[in-house]
Amino acid sequence: MGDASKAGHEPKIIAFACEYCSYTAADLAGSMRLAYPASVRIVKVPCTGRADAIMILKALEEGADAVFVSGCQPGDCHFLKGNARAKAMVPGVKRMLAEIGLHPDRVEFFHVAASQAQRWVEVVEEMTSRARRLGPNPLRTGGGPEYGPAAGSGGGEGDRPAEKGSAS
Amino acid sequence: MIVGERKPLEEIIDSLEGARKVLVAGCGTCVAVCMAGGEKEVGMLAAELSMAARLRGLEIDVTQATAQRQCDREYLETLREQVKGRDAVVSMACGIGVQYMALHYEPLRVVPGINTDFMGANLGIGEWVEYCQSCGDCLLAETGGICPIARCSKSLLNGPCGGSSGGKCEISKDTDCAWQLIYDRMAKLGRTDRLARYRPPKVWKTSRDGGPRRLVREDQKA
Repeated sequence: MGDASKAGHEPKIIAFACEYCSYTAADLAGSMRLAYPASVRIVKVPCTGRADAIMILKALEEGADAVFVSGCQPGDCHFLKGNARAKAMVPGVKRMLAEIGLHPDRVEFFHVAASQAQRWVEVVEEMTSRARRLGPNPLRTGGGPEYGPAAGSGGGEGDRPAEKGSAS
Repeated sequence: MIVGERKPLEEIIDSLEGARKVLVAGCGTCVAVCMAGGEKEVGMLAAELSMAARLRGLEIDVTQATAQRQCDREYLETLREQVKGRDAVVSMACGIGVQYMALHYEPLRVVPGINTDFMGANLGIGEWVEYCQSCGDCLLAETGGICPIARCSKSLLNGPCGGSSGGKCEISKDTDCAWQLIYDRMAKLGRTDRLARYRPPKVWKTSRDGGPRRLVREDQKA
């Protein structure tokens, strides 16, 4: 995948957002007239504990360029542990992506509280720039493996996983 | 339950070499409960296989189905329609299910999707520990309900070895000394005197040492 094809790429990103926090933050961002990339399609979930690995895999299989799960701050889950479970699930999905041949950075978990509209904007911007850097999902473009042993020798800036994706 | 874990995707893809139509078949009993080969895991492997194949330029049509059990003929039979026309099946059951499916649908190519690890208990979310090795001659009545064969690293039958320290086994600080557990349990039960009883050497002929085992219940065969 050459850099030229990445340059004009407008990514499609799926966000599984908890209705008690991140979905409300996205709503608040709208009310506050905060601008953020239109790349994100939000799927409201009753708790990030509902977001399952298979939902993330299916989104990528159908061609999403990146998927993220956004839940309540640690300790603030309406259902006690849903956000912790979702956060624990995401590294497993990253390992699956590496095996499949997709870059693990295409998936991430974030904490965004209902009041953190600005943080929501930053998260969407972060995932959008990440998706742009990685280029279109090769499953959509008919490309080959972009990561792991199946991708051959690897290399290139996009091959190294992000330092740390999830933040407060 | 029988505890297993998913095989690496690359190994599964390699075992499917040449197959164009693949069924991923789950088992709804033990391996579903230990989250290795149930309906949900079947969905995940099918999605993974499908994506990996597309990226590698392989044309593989992946379908999925789950039987209640793969170790019973009646339940295996429920997959007949889904198996039809498939070049290969990835069975996500334990090794028993894989073999029984291969026999039931002979000459169908059946490959395993999981590694069968052990028979164990679910101690907490995402944690299983081996509790039984099916020796065929249960002695739990004499050991306070703690199996020294499965849970002592050396399968000792007459007390701890010199590697027992602070209640832990010398192989790992995370492994309890089974004989410490047995003594503590028997003490709680007020039955430590039973431990001092003479017990003749265990007869292992009921265990794997006698070759593949078979159980025939004449009273159930009619």
